[in-house]
Amino acid sequence: MVFKGRVWKFGDDVDTDAIIPARYLNTSDPAELARHVMEDADSEFPKKVKAGDMIVAGKNFGCGSSREHAPIAIKAAGIQTVIAKSFARIFYRNAFNIGLPIFECPDLAENVKEGDVIEVDGDRGVIHAGGKEFQVKPIPPFMNELVAAGGLIEWTKKRLAGRK
Amino acid sequence: MMTITEKIFAAHCGRGQVSPGELVNAKVDFVLANDITAPIAIKEFSRIGAGDVFDRERVTFVPDHFAPQKDIKAAEQCRMLRDFSAGHRLKYYYEVGRMGVEHALLPEEGLVLPGDLIIGADSHTCTYGGLGAFATGVGSTDVAAAMALGELWFKVPESVKFIYYGKPGRWVGGKDIILHTIGDIGVDGALYMAMEFEGETIRDLPVYGRLTICNMAIEAGGKSGIIAPDEKTEEYVKVRAKRAYKFYSSDPDARYASVREYDASRIPLTVSCPSMPSNTKPAAELSQVKVDQVVIGSCTNGRIEDLREAARIIKGRKVNPNVRLIVIPATQLIYREAMREGLLDAFVEAEAVVSTPTCGPCLGGHMGILAKGEVALATTNRNFVGRMGHPESSVYLSGPAVAAASAVLGRIGTPDELGL
Repeated sequence: MVFKGRVWKFGDDVDTDAIIPARYLNTSDPAELARHVMEDADSEFPKKVKAGDMIVAGKNFGCGSSREHAPIAIKAAGIQTVIAKSFARIFYRNAFNIGLPIFECPDLAENVKEGDVIEVDGDRGVIHAGGKEFQVKPIPPFMNELVAAGGLIEWTKKRLAGRK
Repeated sequence: MMTITEKIFAAHCGRGQVSPGELVNAKVDFVLANDITAPIAIKEFSRIGAGDVFDRERVTFVPDHFAPQKDIKAAEQCRMLRDFSAGHRLKYYYEVGRMGVEHALLPEEGLVLPGDLIIGADSHTCTYGGLGAFATGVGSTDVAAAMALGELWFKVPESVKFIYYGKPGRWVGGKDIILHTIGDIGVDGALYMAMEFEGETIRDLPVYGRLTICNMAIEAGGKSGIIAPDEKTEEYVKVRAKRAYKFYSSDPDARYASVREYDASRIPLTVSCPSMPSNTKPAAELSQVKVDQVVIGSCTNGRIEDLREAARIIKGRKVNPNVRLIVIPATQLIYREAMREGLLDAFVEAEAVVSTPTCGPCLGGHMGILAKGEVALATTNRNFVGRMGHPESSVYLSGPAVAAASAVLGRIGTPDELGL
């Protein structure tokens, strides 16, 4: 999995209320959630973001609520991936469970600017940005198993079938 | 040599021993979701095609966030919970009139118990650690998988120990202890870890204060908070428990990623300033901050003891004319008890409003939303940008004593300023 995209930058501790404010949680429709993605961090963001873009952020991305609406809004807005120094735990699980690829890369944020185009090589675990190569932290083997199965729901179907 | 958390995991995956970092499939004792997270869980559950849930007595939905149904969309979401619960004959379902804020309600109902492994599609599921359970927040898809299988995959977390000694000062409670701790370690200070709280201060702390502390483990990035159960826990659960439970405790030689100690006698009445729970200051240093709204309630501080504490300060006084004081008993039982004790009368006489149980304003849902530029002080758990309303409003967090005193003063203040 290799993909290229334009970077939007955010800082440390981007919380789930910034990613998708609770006032929009009276729906779980992905398209509607996407219309408000990152709105409380940057009110113009939903208008500016284009399919294929990427988010690069600091530490503890996705802290706060367990709302799966947060990675759903990001994915439905066409954002290909989020690359952060670290992720809050529930956001990390949720992203894998719904099939939004995310990567932990401690050194990337300091080395890219908003608008840069970077290339993510998910198979090799490296990111190419500004002529440099950055290593991403390896994905735990079980998470790879989940991805290979097509997400947690597909994995659960198989496990359930195995019991019968 | 295992921690309480490792012992609970070992027991739930049929093993003698587990170690931090291991990935395990563990049985879950209880699974919950609310009116925001359950709709997605229900949709994903139907995709699995499992038919029935793994155990109709161990899955529940609590419509508490946007309930009583605040608008048509919220009503549609709540109806999904009710229809699913009826269709799958779930034993426990809490319609408006029986419901309360989930993390106050389920301990009260005796459905979450010591030694349990609990998951909930709500980040404050970690509250139940206050009873000696391993409890953690997950997303809706995880809940869907657990509803089908009765188990879920986990990484056994490392544990970090927080030891408190000394007698806390007057009015200082569980909220001040946890806000002070988060202020010390930061909003990712315990990322992915089980936060284990112990020491003489914790042993002296009643169950409600322990629930408050564990409730906010997530605000330090923790996977869970936990306090070893003891005779106070036993007294609380024995009259409520709807099934058997088990006490676990950490071995003396259990391993911790780190250990921190605090002298609780030196923890001040504490306030988190906008816009992160870790941005803490002593309440006494914030007397210049005027407030437009005070909220007393939530899964953090909406229990009867919290209301009693607030009422001791409010009774016989008036809410400052520039302040809206909104008091939200967290469950119907708490509401009735507060009514019997005359607490609600004291609040209303002071010109506060008393709401039906709901998460409501805590997440900017309804029942007290902030306008642009307004400032609130709340006994809730998060003060992120826009949390209670307009993105340019702001939220301070405190315990009930500071909240009540501030409602009277019209600015952040402490009970001693009122001669208490």
